[in-house]
Amino acid sequence: MKITLNVNATPHDLELDPRTSLLDALRDHLDLTGSKKGCDHGQCGACTVLVNGRRINSCLALAVMHEGDEITTIEGVGTPDHLSPLQKAFIRHDGYQCGYCTPGQIMSATGMLNEVAEGWPSNVTADLEGDTDLTREELSERMSGNLCRCSAYPGIVAAIFDAAEEDRPGADQKSIEEKRVAAE
Amino acid sequence: MTEHLKMDKVQPRMLDETGQGAITVPMDRPEGRLKVAGQATYAAEYKAENMAYGVLVRATITKGQVTSIDEGSVTSLPGVLGVFATGKMPRSPAQGTAGAAPIQPEGRVDYFGQPIAVIVAESFEQARHAASNLKIAYEAETAETDPETASEIDVPDGQLLDQGDIEAAMSDAAFTVDATYTTPPHNSAAMEPHASLAEWHGDNLVLHGAYQMLKFNREELADSLGIDPEKVRIHSPYVGGGFGGKLGISQEAIAAAVAARELKRPVRVVMARQQVFEMTMRRTESRQRVRLAADKDGKITGLAHEDRVSNLPEEGFSEPTAVASHFLYGGENRFFRQEVARIHRTTAGSVRAPGEAIGQLALECAMDELAEKTGIDPVQLRIQNIPEKHPESGLPFSSNSLAQCLTDGAERFGWSERKGVGKRREGEWFVGMGVASAARTNILMESRARVTLNPDGTALVETDMTDIGTGTYAILGQIAAEMLGLPTEKVTVELGDTNLPGASGSGGSWGAASAGSSVFLGAKAIRSKIAKSLGCAPEELRLKDGIATGANNRRPLAELMSGPISEEGHIEPGTTMEEFAQSGFGAHFCEVGVNAVTGEVRVRRMLAVFAAGRILNEKTARSQGHGGMIWGIGSALTEAIEHDPRDGRIVNHDFAEYHMPVHLDVPDLDVMFVEELDDHSNPLQSKGIGELGLSGAGAAVANAIYNACGVRVRDYPATPDKIFPHLPE
Ligand code: FES
Ligand code: FES
Repeated sequence: MKITLNVNATPHDLELDPRTSLLDALRDHLDLTGSKKGCDHGQCGACTVLVNGRRINSCLALAVMHEGDEITTIEGVGTPDHLSPLQKAFIRHDGYQCGYCTPGQIMSATGMLNEVAEGWPSNVTADLEGDTDLTREELSERMSGNLCRCSAYPGIVAAIFDAAEEDRPGADQKSIEEKRVAAE
Repeated sequence: MTEHLKMDKVQPRMLDETGQGAITVPMDRPEGRLKVAGQATYAAEYKAENMAYGVLVRATITKGQVTSIDEGSVTSLPGVLGVFATGKMPRSPAQGTAGAAPIQPEGRVDYFGQPIAVIVAESFEQARHAASNLKIAYEAETAETDPETASEIDVPDGQLLDQGDIEAAMSDAAFTVDATYTTPPHNSAAMEPHASLAEWHGDNLVLHGAYQMLKFNREELADSLGIDPEKVRIHSPYVGGGFGGKLGISQEAIAAAVAARELKRPVRVVMARQQVFEMTMRRTESRQRVRLAADKDGKITGLAHEDRVSNLPEEGFSEPTAVASHFLYGGENRFFRQEVARIHRTTAGSVRAPGEAIGQLALECAMDELAEKTGIDPVQLRIQNIPEKHPESGLPFSSNSLAQCLTDGAERFGWSERKGVGKRREGEWFVGMGVASAARTNILMESRARVTLNPDGTALVETDMTDIGTGTYAILGQIAAEMLGLPTEKVTVELGDTNLPGASGSGGSWGAASAGSSVFLGAKAIRSKIAKSLGCAPEELRLKDGIATGANNRRPLAELMSGPISEEGHIEPGTTMEEFAQSGFGAHFCEVGVNAVTGEVRVRRMLAVFAAGRILNEKTARSQGHGGMIWGIGSALTEAIEHDPRDGRIVNHDFAEYHMPVHLDVPDLDVMFVEELDDHSNPLQSKGIGELGLSGAGAAVANAIYNACGVRVRDYPATPDKIFPHLPE
């Protein structure tokens, strides 16, 4: 089938087997191998990408379902020379070991922070009507679909908190930087 | 030139003298930018011109013989290029450090899910579809799959020990424990599935693979194909986790290589997650009987650790379950015996900390039971039973800071706040604390690396060592930088290519010590050359930030070098490994809540204190510690492979059913390192850390459960169904 996928703001014309998952389209047909395949069954989160700003497991989607959607992969978040604050925080906090789950963790965290900002409740949110605070429990609950067998969870959590603070509207960037330097 | 060292005697503490400040510091991983940007390239991400895709086809019987493969059932399907590798397909992956082909059974089936062939097609979708259509006929035989009722049992001599009189010690003791513990099988479950891309250039094979020990893997692959190892090159610069699961060459590599040779085009084979579970190594299940005899003061007089594990017929590996029980605690009367049931379940092999990981689940729980009986605090009981020297061989320890780990940890964790069994209740939660010792044998392996210093003050480290997430890129760069007096960003590290000098590989927690020592030696040889040009003795030479100082002389490196200096370092284990008992030690402290309504356990906080010699990078070492502790949580609470009792197949062969810890299972973790240098281990004075963090960790969780609610779970994992019926009212 001929389809056009919009990935990281670039349209790509593709001729695909209708059985091709979005993940395989990215990895095998567009050479965007930053999205990882850990299970191909929606059970690990390594393949997480954003579709129209929402996080999904790209292994559970057929590529042909996403014609016309805005797809963002890790390659669209930052490059080795121009990393996003979250990517930098993962390095600082050693929020990885082998690095295989890492793009998925970062994509998932990006989507998750938007969900919190928009007030979406989670399974551990006490008050479904009120604002959602990014507590440790909220963060862990919301990231539990992203497995890390190296078990870098402590570093991942620290990195997400760190980047979230930097990202907060009105955050005092100077004091954040000072704190960071002091910590190191 | 090669600088060679056989570790026969204590080496000077050179890294204390160099003064660059590159070692031990918590440096960020140099490859981190690539990893977080999705630019680090793992095996399945290489592409080759005209590449075809292979999918493995597997047995649907447990035991028997393949009588026919109906290739016609798939060859007419779109895109299918053929069915390959039936003759060369290995039964199992090679065991770690085998260095020779695994068994290639030519159609004999020994477990459900064993690979039979690879189907290759123009696309992955076509190959996958064809694989589900291939008709295979078998002559099936009945198979034994239950280790408890197996008729064939081996008793390995190497695991037998009978010292003193354990029976007399038990009957004379003031206090005894005689308890049986069971642990289920585990899978390494690295997030990256096994993957290989095979490309032939004439007679030469290049394999992009996901492997831990390239020097050995090359021999294994060549032997499996019947070719000269010189003709094989394996490339694994990034490996998405190993944990023992990628120690030996596995089926996808051999299948890809055979198919590519026959098709004369590159072939990539990637395992599906279910295949990883069913046909790579599992950790054996175990039944362990631990007996402890103690006098009235709680001094251990007898210790016995017997176990039954399993493996396929003809597999040489058996889980060294009791390995650390031989030296963690004293007692003159000792007895050890292992039984290996020969059954038809997926191959048993090394999964992170083989032996210690499950042996300490039993021993450290038994110690908790002994503490309870004697009324002695569990921390104190352990400290007072630490032996002066190895209680069997009589060898001195190269270093043993277990007592300090326990003492410092108790202090930091607030152990004195621990209440009696079932005495702390917070709402619907019983809360308790547990402790366990950790020990993981320390090993040095032969390893080589080339170090090159350039006149512009940059350096290059090259070795076929791997980084499976352990921090190799970081620490090898730090060692070279420290020795050559360069800022770490001036050192580049090239890994994961068998064209480079052969290293120890990543496994057995020996990688950092072994590969690190080879880099140390290469850099040391370069120092000697610089000293010579400067006109000073090597001991006098100071190298810092690209400046050489010595014999009242001070010159930038560039002035002392006419061109790059390249030296190979070569380390070999020597007599210090025979003359000293070597192990890393540690202590785990854990606080859990047990839900009084559901029996669910939540780990609330955890601390580990490690003594692992010189720490080479505090950041990556800490992450290794975290990883081990979290594996400990998994082994204590959730992880278990379930075999179908009818045919031995693994029924929970994916991440939805095999429960590894996720974010919400993991609380804040604290890691502390005690200051220690081990002069007998290697010239870096370091010890392995990758598996130490797991050893004992799960027992601390189980012991905390007992302290919280009085339920002693001896059948791991401690799922709610094993706790709930026994909770106090
Ligand atoms: S690969 Fe998509 S969730 Fe695991
Ligand atoms: S960093 Fe290895 S799986 Fe997460």
